[in-house]
Amino acid sequence: MTHLPYILAAYGLTLGVATVLSVNAAIRLRTARRRLAAIEQPRTRQPS
Amino acid sequence: MDFLTVFIAGTGAPGTDGSTLNATQSLTARTGNLFHRYANPGRFLRMGAKLQPWLTWPALALSIAGIVWGLFFSPADWQQGDSVRIMYVHVPTAWLASSGYMALAVCSLLSLVWRHPLADLAAVEIGPVGASITAVCLATGSLWGKPMWGTWWVWDARLTSVLVLFFLYLGHIALIRAFDEPQRGYRAAAILGLAGAVDLPIIKFSVQWWNTLHQPDSITVTGAPTMSTSMLWPLGLTTLGFTLGFGAIVLARLRASVMESRIRTILAANRGRQSANPAPKPDSAAV
Repeated sequence: MTHLPYILAAYGLTLGVATVLSVNAAIRLRTARRRLAAIEQPRTRQPS
Repeated sequence: MDFLTVFIAGTGAPGTDGSTLNATQSLTARTGNLFHRYANPGRFLRMGAKLQPWLTWPALALSIAGIVWGLFFSPADWQQGDSVRIMYVHVPTAWLASSGYMALAVCSLLSLVWRHPLADLAAVEIGPVGASITAVCLATGSLWGKPMWGTWWVWDARLTSVLVLFFLYLGHIALIRAFDEPQRGYRAAAILGLAGAVDLPIIKFSVQWWNTLHQPDSITVTGAPTMSTSMLWPLGLTTLGFTLGFGAIVLARLRASVMESRIRTILAANRGRQSANPAPKPDSAAV
C-alpha cells in the first residue's frame, strides 16, 4: 500500500492553509496602510 | 485602578496586613505600567514594522528547509514507512495549536486584569489563525491515522481534547464578535479564553493519564528524545519555522487591525467635525 496520497494531502493542506493565511494578512496590511496614508495625508497638509 | 487591585483590595482584610496589600498593589501597578508602555498604537506600529521582517523571512527559510529535508532527505521509519513524513507538519501544528491558545489565554488575562487595548485586538487576531492551525493538526493527524491505524478518527483522549480545543477557538471567534458593543465581546471572550486554558494540560498529559491509541510524547524536557537525530533536525526546523510564521501572521494581522482602528477613529472625528461645523449654503455667502 502506497502512503504517497496521504503524505501529499497532508503537505498540500498545510502549505495551502499557510499560504491563504499569509496572503490574507499581507493584503489586509497593505490595504490598511494605503487607506491610512490616504486619510492622514490631507491632515498633515493642513496648516497648524 | 485596575481590576486586580480592586479585587485584591476587596478580598483582603483592611488594616490587618497593610504592607502586603501595598506591595501587591505596587507590583500590579508596576506590571500594568510595563504592559501599557506598549499599548500606544504609534509605538506598537513602529516596533511591529521593525520586527515583521525578522519573523517573516526566517520563518519562510526554516519552514522550506525543514519541509524539503523531511520530505526528501530524512529516512523512512522502519515501522511506519514514508508515512512518518507527515509528522514534520503534524507535530509543529499540534505544538502551535496549544501554544497559540496559550497566547490567547495570556491576552485574555491582560485584557481582564489590566484592560490592555492591544491584548483585545491580539485576541481577535489570534483566534482565526489558531483555529486554522488546529484544523490542520486534526486533518494531518487523520491523514496519518488512516494508513497507520486503519481509521480516520478514534475517540481517543488526545484527539478528543484537541477537538475540544478547536471548538474553544471557534467559540472565542464567535463570542468576541457577538456584541454590538466591542468591549462586552472582548470581556466575554476573555473569560472563555481563560477558562478554556484548562484544556491545555489535558491535551499535554492525556497520553499519560489515559490509555490512548495516540503514542506518548517522543520529545520531553527532562528525558532524551526517543527519535533518531536524522528525524529530529527537520522536525526542529519546521517547528521553529512554523512558530515564527505564526508570529509573523498574527503580527501582520494585528498591525492591520491597529491601522483599521485608527482609520475608523479619524473618519469618526472628521464626521463629528463636519456635523459640528456644517458647510455654508451657497446663497448664505451672498447675504
